[in-house]
Amino acid sequence: MAGVLVIATVADGALSRSSLELVAGARTIAPAVGGGVDAALLAAEPAPPAVEALHQHGVGVVHRVVHALLGAGQSDAYLAAAEQCVRAATPAIVLVAADTVGREIGPRLAYRLGAALATEAAGLEVADGAVLVRRQVYGGRAVATLAVRRTPAVITVKPRALDAPAPAPTAGAVRDLTVELSAEALPTRVREIVREQAEVGLEDAQIVVSGGRGIGGPEGFKLLAELAQVLGGAVGSSRPPADAGWVPISWQIGQTGKTVRPLLYLAVGISGATQHVAGMAGARTIVAINKDPEAPIFGVAHLGIVGDYREILPPLIAKVKALKGQ
Amino acid sequence: MHIVVCLKQVVDPELPLREFAIDPQTKRQAREGRPLVLSTYDENALEVALQVKDRTGARVTALILAPQATVGDQIRLALAMGADDAVVVDDPRGPELLGAAKVPLLAAAIRRLGTVDLVLTGCESADWVERAVPPLLAEALGAACVTFVARVALEDGRAVAHRQADEGYHVVEARLPAVLSVTSDEANRPRLPKVKDIVGAKRKPVQTWPVDALGVAPGDAGVEVVDVRVPEQTTRCEFLEGEPAQQAEALALRLRDLKLL
Repeated sequence: MAGVLVIATVADGALSRSSLELVAGARTIAPAVGGGVDAALLAAEPAPPAVEALHQHGVGVVHRVVHALLGAGQSDAYLAAAEQCVRAATPAIVLVAADTVGREIGPRLAYRLGAALATEAAGLEVADGAVLVRRQVYGGRAVATLAVRRTPAVITVKPRALDAPAPAPTAGAVRDLTVELSAEALPTRVREIVREQAEVGLEDAQIVVSGGRGIGGPEGFKLLAELAQVLGGAVGSSRPPADAGWVPISWQIGQTGKTVRPLLYLAVGISGATQHVAGMAGARTIVAINKDPEAPIFGVAHLGIVGDYREILPPLIAKVKALKGQ
Repeated sequence: MHIVVCLKQVVDPELPLREFAIDPQTKRQAREGRPLVLSTYDENALEVALQVKDRTGARVTALILAPQATVGDQIRLALAMGADDAVVVDDPRGPELLGAAKVPLLAAAIRRLGTVDLVLTGCESADWVERAVPPLLAEALGAACVTFVARVALEDGRAVAHRQADEGYHVVEARLPAVLSVTSDEANRPRLPKVKDIVGAKRKPVQTWPVDALGVAPGDAGVEVVDVRVPEQTTRCEFLEGEPAQQAEALALRLRDLKLL
């Protein structure tokens, strides 16, 4: 039992971004567990670009399972394939992205392997030979450090918490594994996938315009969408608008929703509950617009405007348009 | 149809920051003298269970693992909302246990309740946000698992769940028994108990089981919490002053200077 195995998946024919982030984490901790970084690539197609991307970033052996059921959110299929790869590769540490499927299969994989488990990691480190997992707790009010005390261990990592790794080309190998899967035998089945994402994917947007309770209703989000459009960004929200049904739940940013790390995060009418801040604190520049000068959001913002967004946004949109020559 | 809703008691997450503290002994949030509530999504899970009850006449049992002496208000709320009965697994260590440690205890308690078709939980706890209990519990019970569920329907002996996903939502069909973790949604806004429900709740059965009577030990998460601390705040906000139009203009220029336009 040595080394780190990354559970990698494919998005649009290429290696998913969160898989690449896992590789970065794996490279950080591999020295502590005596071995290299390997991957289990679980996909509906052979996906040569994904294999290539793994080798380009320091992954040695790619254990590949290709099966039509490995896609479309079929957690039980991913779980079976991941389990088989882990049993073949016998790693000390398994890294799983804490995305829709990963947060379902990570703990279950640990259970099946009798492995140690740490979930929702925001950072991975090594100290005194031990693998340390950092994660936010208490709605982002505190940070916990957990030390992995036995192997094998499964660690799930929050998407967008780690940066993508620098290239480190490796002469790698591919080992194809066959996994027997039948849709009828799986306990769950995804019937339908309903998309309600903005045109620019929220998690990949470089600019995010986000609204909170202070927006007051679904109408106000139209103004935010207009600003996002002129900035070339995406619209997000804190929890209250999603709870109230003003916006789809998939727009929600925060501990419960998505984690984003854009270049610019514009928080409009967002009070700045730690729950929300946990999902956006990694943004390069944070701008807050809020009527309440005491709002906690100003504690994390770099630039602040105290005022009513209805009066600020229209001239802001006009000025941005003018500066961009639109 | 028997539905068990697993509840968790936490220190009120809305507690002002100045009252928030980490107990250096337990490496957990200090609880002493602070208000205790149901964890954020637990009432949504209860609401989903009660909606199934309204449609099918299912029996709903509320299950909570916590120090018995502290948990009265949360149990009364669950019963007043409409749960038929409640079980308290009395465990003084409850608040300190990680999810992986707690799961064998919860699984043993659920098995003791007899045939259970659906187990509902909140999608995450407000304190440690591990999101680990529902999938682990599914494994321990040999049940299907779907997490971050906004709504649930029952069709031909299967649960059909809307699972919140990165790009929108998935419609997932699960065989029973199933463990579903519930997120908040317009469709599962928790009902407010009426006065007669609150009065009626007092007559509903509440069982207390000492944790040792379950005959199982807590699980071993294999990880040790070595440190929990409140991070220091480092950013200082620069305020843009003036009339709204001036503030807007100043902001646009700053965004251009930052090469964001």
